[in-house]
Amino acid sequence: MTRRTGCGMVLAMALFWLSAHAAFAAEAYISNEKSNTVSVLDTDKMEVTKTIKVGQRPRGIVMSKDGKFVAVAVGDDDTIQTIDTASKEVTGTLPSGPDPELLAFSPDGKTLYVANENDNTVTIIDVQSRAAMGEVPVGVEPEGMGISPDGKTVVCTSETSNMAHFIDIQSRDIVANVLVDSRPRFAEFKSDGSELWVSAEVGGTVSIIDPVKHVVTKKINFDIPGLRREAIQPVGINITKDGKAGFVMLGPANRVAVIDGNTHEVVKYLLVGQRVWHGAFTPDEKYLLVTNGISNDVSVIDVPSLKVTKSIQVGELPWGVAMTRQ
Amino acid sequence: MGLSSRASNVRKNYSLKTLAAAGSNSHHLRHKALIRRGNDLASWRVGSLILCAFFGCCISGAFGQEATKVKIGFLRTAEQRTTISLIEQPAPNDGLAGAELAIDDNNTTGRFLNQTFSIDDVKLKPQDDAAAAVNALADQGVSLVIADLPPDQLLKAADTGRTRRMLFFNSGATDDRLREEDCRANVIHVAPTRSMLADGLAQYLVWKTWRKWFFVVGSHAKDKLWGDALKRSATRFGAKIVDERAFVDTGGARQTDSGIAQIQRQIPTFTQGAPDYDVLVAADESEVFAAYFPYRTYAPRPVAGSAGLVPTSWDPSMEQWGATQLQNRFMKKFSRRMTALDMQAWSAARMIGEGVTRTKSGDVQAIRTYLLSPDFALAAFKGQKLTLRPWNLQLRQPILLSDGRNITSISPQEGFLHQVSELDTLGYDQPETKCAFK
Repeated sequence: MTRRTGCGMVLAMALFWLSAHAAFAAEAYISNEKSNTVSVLDTDKMEVTKTIKVGQRPRGIVMSKDGKFVAVAVGDDDTIQTIDTASKEVTGTLPSGPDPELLAFSPDGKTLYVANENDNTVTIIDVQSRAAMGEVPVGVEPEGMGISPDGKTVVCTSETSNMAHFIDIQSRDIVANVLVDSRPRFAEFKSDGSELWVSAEVGGTVSIIDPVKHVVTKKINFDIPGLRREAIQPVGINITKDGKAGFVMLGPANRVAVIDGNTHEVVKYLLVGQRVWHGAFTPDEKYLLVTNGISNDVSVIDVPSLKVTKSIQVGELPWGVAMTRQ
Repeated sequence: MGLSSRASNVRKNYSLKTLAAAGSNSHHLRHKALIRRGNDLASWRVGSLILCAFFGCCISGAFGQEATKVKIGFLRTAEQRTTISLIEQPAPNDGLAGAELAIDDNNTTGRFLNQTFSIDDVKLKPQDDAAAAVNALADQGVSLVIADLPPDQLLKAADTGRTRRMLFFNSGATDDRLREEDCRANVIHVAPTRSMLADGLAQYLVWKTWRKWFFVVGSHAKDKLWGDALKRSATRFGAKIVDERAFVDTGGARQTDSGIAQIQRQIPTFTQGAPDYDVLVAADESEVFAAYFPYRTYAPRPVAGSAGLVPTSWDPSMEQWGATQLQNRFMKKFSRRMTALDMQAWSAARMIGEGVTRTKSGDVQAIRTYLLSPDFALAAFKGQKLTLRPWNLQLRQPILLSDGRNITSISPQEGFLHQVSELDTLGYDQPETKCAFK
C-alpha cells in the first residue's frame, strides 16, 4: 500500500474518533498464563488496579454479553472460571471439556462455545443453567473460535488439521471446512459479517474468508525488513467496528501489523513488547491493548495515530484480554 | 561433478555472526545448482507425468465426492537396540507408534475431505531382502513408504522403489551420506543428520563458552561417524579439542548385577590426566560407555554428546509451542512417552497427510512437488515452520538439547545467522553439498 493511502486512512480514522464520544472508564481483564492470575487494568488511568487469583494456566478470556462477568479458561484445571465484574472475585465455574483454551459467546450471550484441544471437539455450554449442551467433533487441536454477528455460525480453527470449520449453530452440523495455512490460531469476523479473518501462526499468513462462499479470497503476507519469515507468527486479530482497520499480533516478531480493512494491505508495523499474543479495543476504540507474553506487559496502542504510547507491567506470560462492554 | 568440487571448496569455518556474510556469490552457485538439479530430475518427472496420465489423474478427477484412500508402507528392521539405561530401552513399536498417531490425525482431518489413511507395517529380519519387501508393497498399491532402515538397506529399498515410482520418507537414518554423495531423488529425509545434531549441540556449547572439549569416541563404525560430525562442528563453530581418547568396546553385557561398583572405578581412571577442559564430549552411538560418564569423570565437568546433554529431534519432556497436546494424544493412545523416533515417523506421516490434503490427491508426484514447493510448511511443535532443503530433500528443523529430564535449550542459538534460513546453520549447507540426484 502506498504511503498516501496509509495516511488517508489514518486521517479518516482520526476524524471518526474525533466525532466519537469522549473516553469513559473501562476495565481490561488480562489473563496471565504463568502466574495463574487475572490483572484488572483501568483504561482511564492505564494502570493495574487489582490482581485476581484464578485456576491453573489461564488463557482464553472473554466478557459476558451483559458485562456482568468475565469467563476465563483455566486449561490445566480443565474448567472455565467466572469472575464477577462488580466484586472482581471468582464466583463460579462453567463446565468444559478437557484443556479449554479459547471461548466465544453467542451474540445473545446465552451460549458459550469452547475449543477443547485435547479431544478434538467444540463444547456448547448453556450459560444460564451452567450445563454442557453438547459437543461437535472438529479437526485436530481446535483452537480459534469466532461467531458470526448474526449468531448463526460458529467457526472453529483446528491447529493440526489446518482448517476453519464452519458450524451451523441451529443444527450443530459442520457446513464447510476451509483449508488455511499451518497452525490456524484465531478467527475474527468483521462486525457486518462480510469477512472472516483467520491467522496461521506457523504458515505466517492471515486468510480472508468469504463466509458465504466458504473460500479464501485473499491471503495477507507479512514482510518485515531484517526479520526472517519464520519469526513472523500471526496470532490474535482485532478489527474495528467500522471494518476499516485490522490489527494482527505477530507473536515473536514483536510487532502488531495494521491492515487496511478494505484493501487488506499492511499499512504499518507497530513495535510492541516481546511475543505479542492477543488484544482488545477500549469500548471507544481509542486504544488497543495487546499482551506481550515474554516481556510480561501490555502495550497500549493509540488507534487514531497508530502509535504505541505506553507499556504496563502485568503478571507473568500475559495471554488474553477481555474488555468492558459499552 | 564440476559443481560438487567447486562447492566443496566453499566450506569454511563458521563462527558467531559470520554466516550472514556468505553473500551473493553463493547465491549464484545456488542458482546454477538448482538448474542442474532440475535437469537431473527431469526424467523422473516425465515418467511420473506418463504415470499420471494413466491413473493419477483418475484419482484427482475422482476427488470431491469419492474417497481418496492412501495406504502408507512402514518399513523397519526387526532388531532391537540395546541401551545402557533401562528406561531408554526402546518399545517394540518405537517409531511406528508415531506414524500411527499421525494416521489418526490425518484421518480426523480426512473426515472432512473424504480422505482416509492407513498404514502397513513391514518388519525386515537381518536375512530379509529390502528389495523384495518394497516390491511386495508396490504390488499392494503402496507408493508412499516411511522407512526406518540402516543406510544400505534404505538405498536398496529406494533404488528398487524408483522403478515402481515410490516415494520414501527416511524416519530413522541420520547418516549424512544419504543426503550427500548417496542422495536419491525419491527419498525425503525427516530424521536430522548427525551433522545437524552435532551443530545443534556445538552452537550451544560455544554459546556457553565451553570451548575446550575433552573428546572420547567409541570403536564402532557409527561411533566414528558421530565423532567425525562432532569434530566438524567443533572446527566450524570455534571449539577446541584439547584431548581425544578412544573407548574400545571389548564386549560384555549391558548393566549387570554389581557391575556398578566396577564402573565407578573404571571411569575416573579412564578420564584421568586430561588437560584442563570445559566439557567432555562423548561419541557413543553404540551405547557402550557414554552413559556411564556423568558424575563419574575424574574432573568435575559436564558431559555432552551421547550422554549428559544430548542433541535430539524430540524428547518426552518437550512441551513448548503446543507440544503438550501432541504428548497428551500420544500418551493416551500408547500409554508411554513419545521418543525422537516416534516424532520423526509422526512428522513423516503428517507430511504425507499435508501432501494429500493440499493436493487433494494420492498421487506421488503431486505430493512430492507440493512438499518441495514454497507453499509447504510442516507444523511440528518446534516454534517455526519446517521446510525441505530442495538440494537434498532434508527436512529443516531445530535441534533440541535434552538433559534426559528436560529441554535445556533449542538450537539454532541466537546470533548464528544465515542468509536463507537460520535452520541452515545446522548441518551441511547448500554450498557444501555433494548431492547430485541420480
